[in-house]
Amino acid sequence: MEKSLSLREFIITRLIQASGYSAILFVALIFFFLLREGLPTLSEVGVTSLLNVRWYPIEDYFGILPLLSGSLIVTLGAALVAVPLGVGTAVYISEIAPRWMREILKPLVELLGGLPSVVLGFLGILIVSPFLRVFLDLPTGLTAFTGSLLLGGIAVPTIVSVAEDALDAVPRAFREGAWALGATHWQTIWRVTLPAAKSGVLTGVMLGIGRAIGETMTVMMVTGNAPVLAVKLGSLFHPVRTMTATIAAEMGEVANGSQHYHVLFFIGMTLFLISLLVNVIASSVIFQSKKRAERVLS
Amino acid sequence: MLLKLFSRNRHTVQKLGFTLITLVAVITVLPIVGTVIFILVKGGSALSLEFLTGFPRDGMRAGGILPAIIGTLYLTFGTALFSVPLGIAAAIYLAEYAKDNRATRAIRLAIINLAGIPSVVYGLFGLGLFVLFLKLGTSILAASLTLSIMTLPVIISTAEEAIRSVPQSFRTVSISLGATRWQTIRRIVLKEALPGILTGVILGLERAAGETAPILFTGAAFFLPRLPNSPFDATMALPYHLFVISTQVPEMPIQIQYGTALVLLIFVLTMNIVATVIRSRARAKRQW
Repeated sequence: MEKSLSLREFIITRLIQASGYSAILFVALIFFFLLREGLPTLSEVGVTSLLNVRWYPIEDYFGILPLLSGSLIVTLGAALVAVPLGVGTAVYISEIAPRWMREILKPLVELLGGLPSVVLGFLGILIVSPFLRVFLDLPTGLTAFTGSLLLGGIAVPTIVSVAEDALDAVPRAFREGAWALGATHWQTIWRVTLPAAKSGVLTGVMLGIGRAIGETMTVMMVTGNAPVLAVKLGSLFHPVRTMTATIAAEMGEVANGSQHYHVLFFIGMTLFLISLLVNVIASSVIFQSKKRAERVLS
Repeated sequence: MLLKLFSRNRHTVQKLGFTLITLVAVITVLPIVGTVIFILVKGGSALSLEFLTGFPRDGMRAGGILPAIIGTLYLTFGTALFSVPLGIAAAIYLAEYAKDNRATRAIRLAIINLAGIPSVVYGLFGLGLFVLFLKLGTSILAASLTLSIMTLPVIISTAEEAIRSVPQSFRTVSISLGATRWQTIRRIVLKEALPGILTGVILGLERAAGETAPILFTGAAFFLPRLPNSPFDATMALPYHLFVISTQVPEMPIQIQYGTALVLLIFVLTMNIVATVIRSRARAKRQW
């Protein structure tokens, strides 16, 4: 009896431990399969051809610069929309809103995070893009700007929830100190609370931008899908094509193992590395600030 | 005099600032509410028994969306089958067993990275590993496995937080009464942490139910005139169907598009509301 109990305990503990380590296994597996299917591109197509400005796979032009620039410009636009809205809303929820308002706003922002991206894309096609076409007098409403607006909406919930956590974690004594010195509520927010929560707010912004880079369905539906190099400011109001949209739109039609197939995996690998970079930097900010807080407390 | 002016100025700035920030919050929230109400109103008139229980006809321009509804149910259920046990076990490991060492930090970093990987990259991975390498084909099984790895980080992190919030004294008492570590976890800790874990599970599955990109090449079918009859069949799914009928099919009646968007929204909203209610109820009831 005693023995079988401890054996069961042993097996269960091992199973739980293996589950814990599975996260590492999955990241490794994902990286491995992206490398396996993506790396052949380097010999099949070559670096110089990849760093070209023409994406036209039917005639074997695999220049990924237009796609990179498309992703960059849409994400930049999304950041311009999402950072002020996200940080502002986080400040409002954490510092200004009365309690009942907070209880309404937090679930609503979470709801935005849960809205399927395909629903946002659908509304983008039907409402946002026709409106922008008329309002900005453009030949088409399916532009990088339309994508930026909607992607901004997708990045906002991430920024709000992380930034709000960070603001919430600022000790009450900080604020009381500022009030006692005669600062107004507003001055306290700007000069004490926000600076104290800086690293957390930055983490939220980075994670939000990371989400925007990786978003697929919405951008595929509303950015017009034209793989042209987008380097001027005016490109924001022209159709573009992002890396994610390219994979989603073309993977269904390529033969497994073909050159085109390998290039699409190569683009996926690039996206994976970008998200890895964003997340490692963002999390190192978290770890650092935690250590600092521990030092202060000890 | 000067001081008075200055102090009035400060308060004007504060008033302006508060108005601005409030405005920002309103600008953020209004479109969310607007979106939901708009789809509810526009899609409401498309809902009918035939729409919910019928098969698509006329190149999907008429009839119902039953295969897509059932497909999304299958995919969500399949995802839960893999990600819930694995996610909760991983959360138990991190909260109860893991020491604060390099290996644990590596696990945490891996989870953060899993959460950040673009959904379409999960699609590629699923295609490479499940569809081609393990030869599962484009199937419900391959798509569910792909989605479950994607939802894992959400489930692990919320479940871990819920388990950690159970007071240490509960464990101490249980162990001192002669229970083993696993008995303590199963009968005391998990029981207390259940509402929090459930919230995380539902939020994770909500994401899976609404995703399109990961199932594009792993299990989604453009059109199926019947229901899938094994886990090795491809399936229609609500999000992919909405994508198809709003971009790929010409002369698509707008009613069907709004109706499909509404059904998908109801799916997601229901899960969201259930999760919120469970969480707030648990918080209100908690006595420690």
